[in-house]
Amino acid sequence: MPVQSYAQALVDALYDSLTEDPRVSLIGSYVLGLGPQRHLMDRVRNDFPDRIVDPPTAEAGAAATGIGAAMAGVRPFVDLGTGSFSYLAWSQIVNEAAVSYYMSDGRIPVPVTFHLLHGVRGAGAPQHSHSPQSMLCNAPGLEIVAPASAADVYGLVRTAFQSNNPTVVVSHAKLLGIESDVPTAKQPIPFGYADIKRSGRDVTIVANSFMTQVSLAAAATLADEGIEAEVVDLRTLAPLDEATILASVGRTGRLVVVDECPLRCGIASEVAAVVAEHGFGLLKAPVARVTRAQVPVPYSPPLEAAVTPDAAKIITAVKRTLSRAFPQT
Amino acid sequence: MSEPLHEELAWKHLEQMLLIRRFEEAVLRLSNGKQFIGHYHLYIGQEATGVALISLLEPRDRLATTHRNHGHVLARGADPSRALAEILGRTSGLCGGRGGTIHLSDPDLGFISTSGIVGGAISLGVGAGYACRQRGEGAISAVFFGDGALEEGISFEALNIASLGRLPVLFVCENNSSGSWAPGQGYPTLVHASSDLCSIAKSVNIATMPVDGADVSAVHSVATEAIALCRAGKGPVFLEAVTKRWPGSNPLWPEPVTGATDLRMATGEMTPSGEHADWLSNHDPVLRLARTLAASDGGAARLAAVDAAAHRCIEDAVKFALASPLPATETAFERVFA
Repeated sequence: MPVQSYAQALVDALYDSLTEDPRVSLIGSYVLGLGPQRHLMDRVRNDFPDRIVDPPTAEAGAAATGIGAAMAGVRPFVDLGTGSFSYLAWSQIVNEAAVSYYMSDGRIPVPVTFHLLHGVRGAGAPQHSHSPQSMLCNAPGLEIVAPASAADVYGLVRTAFQSNNPTVVVSHAKLLGIESDVPTAKQPIPFGYADIKRSGRDVTIVANSFMTQVSLAAAATLADEGIEAEVVDLRTLAPLDEATILASVGRTGRLVVVDECPLRCGIASEVAAVVAEHGFGLLKAPVARVTRAQVPVPYSPPLEAAVTPDAAKIITAVKRTLSRAFPQT
Repeated sequence: MSEPLHEELAWKHLEQMLLIRRFEEAVLRLSNGKQFIGHYHLYIGQEATGVALISLLEPRDRLATTHRNHGHVLARGADPSRALAEILGRTSGLCGGRGGTIHLSDPDLGFISTSGIVGGAISLGVGAGYACRQRGEGAISAVFFGDGALEEGISFEALNIASLGRLPVLFVCENNSSGSWAPGQGYPTLVHASSDLCSIAKSVNIATMPVDGADVSAVHSVATEAIALCRAGKGPVFLEAVTKRWPGSNPLWPEPVTGATDLRMATGEMTPSGEHADWLSNHDPVLRLARTLAASDGGAARLAAVDAAAHRCIEDAVKFALASPLPATETAFERVFA
């Protein structure tokens, strides 16, 4: 099976979408940030110069341009850069794009795609380390995807362009250089389906985005100790694939949720709530959450590491979960 | 001074302006009669701007508007009955009762959005201009917003992006804050360090055209030029239509301070008097146009007939809207996603 980096697959998805659909254009082309993969976008810039515009430093204006254009029948992809910059465009994303279809009684769809680089990227300090996706989950009307692999980012971005809804694609800065298997002919992947990235009988680890890769690393270490963890990669945060989560917990009876959003009201909280509400009887032990601490992200490396989920913290949480059990009644 | 309009076109404009006026007066009555509970904004005093400008747009053009949208939606040709039903939250409303007065829209007529967020429309209208250019069909985007939108930072971003891209966007700033209301008294009026709103657009190299927004001939003339520039690919144009705010829009909730518009003030049978005599004599766009046309041969009789037709249309719309059912509760969960 061929292998590609996340960055290359993302660029391929943009290139193929531009090739196939004349309604597609890019507003903002620094999709790969400041990292070493950024030159991969040159091929897109060279081949589609008329369909790329790099806006002024005006995230709200750029987002609104994409939204208004989508309302008028084209399919823009708006790159907002670092995830925290999306806050500048919050009104446009959550209070224009997300509500238009509903408040027009289904008459004004908004087929825009937003892309942002989220996460603790290394020395991002408090203002450039955000993961806004859990906040966005509180805006009904948005589709939100958080891919973790090359095949997934390709497939989910292709679907985002085809969707008639506003879609937010979050890419973790640390995923860009990670290589993974891709099928020879990469395909769109429908929203709303989690993917079991590793099967296991002892415990379910639910993750998304870069935390899927971190969870897979933790699972490999656990396997050396005889603990078989199943890693469920959500891929799509909205809509959320409750069925796959519940089915996995049904097999393992134990759940650790890993997420880089802060603890309170995060993705992990939502997954835990879904299982508590619909799968409580499946659980043999309390659910554990491994998330970013409920503090801003500090700059200095040891402090940054202290507040960020990693494989060691996941392993600790898994072992604690395996050591616990509900009292027998 | 602009050229006077061809008389038949002026009558056509007056028909629409009176229809909007009678519609808005009905909305006010229905609100005061507790037929709907939400906050709302009336277009009274600005009818000349919306009617003259929108009459010059083509069917392919796109529009974005604001909380003060009723006049724009009607001027574009929306069904007054379905518009009123929307304001009453009825299932037969233009948006099924999901948007209401603040989000009244008719997408079939080219409206891309009716945003109730100040500064919302101006930025989305730039996006519509982006789409118009990408589609290459010669359409333009006309976006309506109030003077207050220029207090929002997003407006600067929108103007800058439109100018950088030379996008076909007609910015229609309806400045209804001319004249002075005491700050802190009633509905907010413009709070801006600049006394020349056109200068904001000029600062990013956008052509600007100020106009008396209550003068239908002047709006027609200036908008003709502005639309031609946009359509010719000469970039965006900023048109500032200045009106003196209708006194009934000064309180936090609209009040019928000038009563139902009495056209005897246009035929000379009645002289405006009282606290609002100046507005009625000099600033009411409906009365201004009606006075001119009533003075023509047979004008008074025709004016009465036009007004009677507007009244009949709005009475029918009120009956239709009040008779329309409220939406079924289970539909609240539908159409979140396309």
